[in-house]
Amino acid sequence: MTKQAANNAELYDLYRELILDHARNPRHFGRLDNATHKAEGINPLCGDKLKMYFNIDNHGRIEGTSFEGSGCAISMASASLLTDAVLGMSVDDADALFDTVSARLTQSGIDEGSAVDIDVDVPLAKLKALDGVREFPSRVKCATLAWHALHSALSHQPTPATTE
Amino acid sequence: MSQAQLKPSSISAEWRKDFPILSQSVNGHPLVYLDSAASGQQPAAVIDAVAHYHREDHANVHRGVHTLSQRATDAFEGARDKIRDFINAASRTEVVMTSGTTESINLVAQSFCRPRIGPGDKVLITHLEHHANIVPWQLVCEQTGAELVVAPMDDQGQLELEKLWALLTDDVFILAIGHVSNALGTVNPIKGIIAEARERDIPVLVDGAQGVPHMAIDVQDLDCDFYAFSGHKMFGPTGTGVLYAREAHLESMPPYQGGGDMILEVSFESTVYNELPYKFEAGTPNIGGVIGLGAAVDYLQSIGMQRIADYERDLHDYMVAALESVDGIRLIGTAASKASVQSFLLDDIHSHDLGTILDHQGVAIRTGHHCAMPVMSRFGISGTARASIAFYNNSDDVDRLIAALLKARQLFT
Ligand SMILES: Cc1ncc(COP(=O)(O)O)c(C=O)c1O
Repeated sequence: MTKQAANNAELYDLYRELILDHARNPRHFGRLDNATHKAEGINPLCGDKLKMYFNIDNHGRIEGTSFEGSGCAISMASASLLTDAVLGMSVDDADALFDTVSARLTQSGIDEGSAVDIDVDVPLAKLKALDGVREFPSRVKCATLAWHALHSALSHQPTPATTE
Repeated sequence: MSQAQLKPSSISAEWRKDFPILSQSVNGHPLVYLDSAASGQQPAAVIDAVAHYHREDHANVHRGVHTLSQRATDAFEGARDKIRDFINAASRTEVVMTSGTTESINLVAQSFCRPRIGPGDKVLITHLEHHANIVPWQLVCEQTGAELVVAPMDDQGQLELEKLWALLTDDVFILAIGHVSNALGTVNPIKGIIAEARERDIPVLVDGAQGVPHMAIDVQDLDCDFYAFSGHKMFGPTGTGVLYAREAHLESMPPYQGGGDMILEVSFESTVYNELPYKFEAGTPNIGGVIGLGAAVDYLQSIGMQRIADYERDLHDYMVAALESVDGIRLIGTAASKASVQSFLLDDIHSHDLGTILDHQGVAIRTGHHCAMPVMSRFGISGTARASIAFYNNSDDVDRLIAALLKARQLFT
C-alpha cells in the first residue's frame, strides 16, 4: 500500500460507519431525571463537554443511562456507545470495562491479537469501532472522555472529570 | 462555481523557497501550512542567524568585557535598533524586549495600571480579544476593584463603533484593543479609535500580535501608548516579543520584575533602577531569539510590508471565493476589512474532526476556540476551523485546502 493509501485507510478506520451513526444519532441523548449518579467530562483542548447520567438501583445495577453535551464525532460516538454498553451492567463490571477500554484505546500500534480484549457480548463488540483512534494520538482523549466521566460518576467524585 | 472559473491564473509565492520547513511531506502529502496565525514559520535567514550566534558569538549580554560578550551585546542591541526602525518608534528606549505579546500585556496591566487604579475605574476591552488581552485585565481588576467593560461587536465580527465611543467615558483608565482579531481576521480601524480615545485622554494599548505579520506598523503615526507583539507570529523565534511604550509612560512606571540587568546599583537599603528600556528587562534575556527576531525584521523589510499586504490580500480573496464555492460552508468573520485569516464551519462537522481529516491530507489548519472563547459564544458556536495565510502560501495551498474539505464532506455523508 502507498503511504497515501494507508493514510486513507486510517481515516476511514477512524470514521467508521458505526461511529458516524452514533455521532449523528446519539443513543440515550438528554438528561436522565431520576439519575442517581452523574459526572461531567471536559476536554479543555477542543471544548468537548459531556454530562453523563446513570441510574443505579439498590443492587448496584445500572438501570438507566443517558448523556448530553456537545463535542466532536469521536467523543459523541464514544459517549453514545458507552450508554448502550453499560446499560444493565453491575457497577463493578462497568468500572472494569472503563479500565479495559482505556487500556485498549491508549495502546498504539498493536495488532489485534495482543490488544486488551473486550468480551464479545454483542453491544460490547461495538466498542471495537473506537479502535481507529489508536493511530491518532491527538484524538485518544476524545474517545476516552465519556469513559473518564463514567469512572468519575461511579466513584461519586464530585468534580468534573477531565482527560488530563 | 468550478475551480477553473475561480482560478484565472495561479498565485505563486516567490518567497516560499526561503522557508525550509515548507518543503516536507506530512502524512504522505506535501505540507500545506495554513496556520500562520498560530505561529509563523521561519525563513532560513532567521534559522541561520540564530545558529550563527550559538556557534560563534554566544555569551551573556551587557556584562562581560570579553570579546564574545561584546559581540553578543552588539547583536542583541542591533536587533532592538532594527525593531525600532520596523515599527518607527521614536527611540530605542521605547522598545522593551519581552517573551511575547502575553508578557507585554501583563507588564502594562501590572506596572502601568495596577498602582494607579481602584474601585470606580474601568478597563475597557472589546468582544474580539484573544484571552491574552482579557485575562491580564481581569486579574488587575480583581486586584484593584476596578471594573472590566467590554465593547460589543456585530454579526460580521466588527466593532460597533458608536457603542465604543459611548463607552469611552471619563472613568476609563485604559483601552486595550486588538489590532487584528486572531479568530476572525477583522482589522479594527485602530487609528481612528486611538484618536477618539486620545481626545478623551484615555491611554490605548494595542494588541498587535496579528497586526505586525500582515502590514506595516508605524507606532508614531498610530499615536498609541502601547503596542504589544510576538516574535513567532512575525516569522521569528518563539519566546521573543516586544512592548512598545511611550517613554514618558515607561519613566513613570515601576519595574515589572526585579533582578539582574534592570539595576544600576543595589544595596540592601535601596536599589537604583537601570535606564530605559533595561529597567523592564530583568534577568538574562532570550539573546539568540532576539537576534533571530532582528533577522526576521531584515527579511521582512527586504520584501517590504506593503508588498506582503498586497500579495496576501489577493490570496485571501482567492481563498474566500474558493471557500464560498464549497456547499455547506459557513464563513465566520466577514468584516469589510480583513487580514488573511478566515474561520469557517462545514456542515455540522465538528472542527476537531475537520482538523484531523485535513491533517491526514497534509493540510494544517487550526481548530477550536482559538483562545477567544467569548468570540465563539458571540456566534453561538464552540469553535471553528481557521485557515490563515502568510506570504509564503500560494493558490495551490488554497486548492489543496478545498480538495481536503470536499474529501471531509464525502467522508461525513
Ligand atoms: C491577537 C493575539 N493576541 C495575543 C496572542 C498571544 O501571543 P503569545 O502567545 O505569543 O504571547 C495571540 C497569539 O495567539 C494573538 O493572536
